[in-house]
Amino acid sequence: MRELALHLLDIAENSVSARAENIYILVEEDTRNDTLRMLVKDDGIGMSPEMVAKVIDPFTTSRTTRKVGLGIPLLKAAAEACEGWLKIESTIGLGTTVEVLFKRSHIDRMPLGNLAETFVNLLIGTPQMHWIFEYKLNQKSFVVDDKEIKEELGDIALSEPTVIKFIREYIQSGILSVKEQV
Amino acid sequence: MNKIKSLEDLKKVREEALRKRELRATSGQIEIVVGMGTVGIAAGARETLKAILDFIESENVSGVVVRQAGNIGLDSFEPVVQVTVGTEPKVTYGKVSPDSAVRIMKEHIVEGNIVKDLVINI
Repeated sequence: MRELALHLLDIAENSVSARAENIYILVEEDTRNDTLRMLVKDDGIGMSPEMVAKVIDPFTTSRTTRKVGLGIPLLKAAAEACEGWLKIESTIGLGTTVEVLFKRSHIDRMPLGNLAETFVNLLIGTPQMHWIFEYKLNQKSFVVDDKEIKEELGDIALSEPTVIKFIREYIQSGILSVKEQV
Repeated sequence: MNKIKSLEDLKKVREEALRKRELRATSGQIEIVVGMGTVGIAAGARETLKAILDFIESENVSGVVVRQAGNIGLDSFEPVVQVTVGTEPKVTYGKVSPDSAVRIMKEHIVEGNIVKDLVINI
């Protein structure tokens, strides 16, 4: 994967698979501390410490399911190559938080990529989920809580043409407005 | 300059969607599922889904439900797209590039003909 936004999509998909109902995603760029942080917090089934260790290093186990893939280890390696880190906090029954940090200006840091499209994809593709997306650049932030959108739409599907257009423009312009204010 | 969309605009969006729904003939529910596991994403599933959403938007195709699913279990065929039209059996397409996705939308969703050369048999 060549974009951090794609890795984000991957981690969020894990949360969906973990039967979460609410998922919060934060992407925070801080030019002063020179960091780029991404966080995915879910209220899914959670993992035991043993499972967390396996997720981080899949080669310590002979995995038999496809539940654990290479997504997390690859992202961890990418972060560590950029003076950063990845950590997972998880409690069975309560949920999981995956947090990853990069040195923003590091030459090897992957581009953030199309963050808006990742959000659009998750929002429309998993309508059963409650999503909160936040994009933050220094002190400015843009938050999408899809509850407001869904309440307004009622029984209109998220994949209706006019709705897709609205959601995409809403998210794109929101992210752009944060970037332009700096 | 880019105009910032507000949630106020949603009311109009909803009204327009309701109006269209009244006009639409009932041809049965159409569901499109895109596999969005690690392998799918790495193989370009996000761009495939984007192509599907773009088509719906530009061609004004109403009444289609688009969803993403985790790993469908067909790694070597990713990106995988599954289409279900009404009560017809589910059709599974493999290695669906954005261009192939547009073909599926045109030929299968709009015209009702399965795109045979993209189908994988499972």
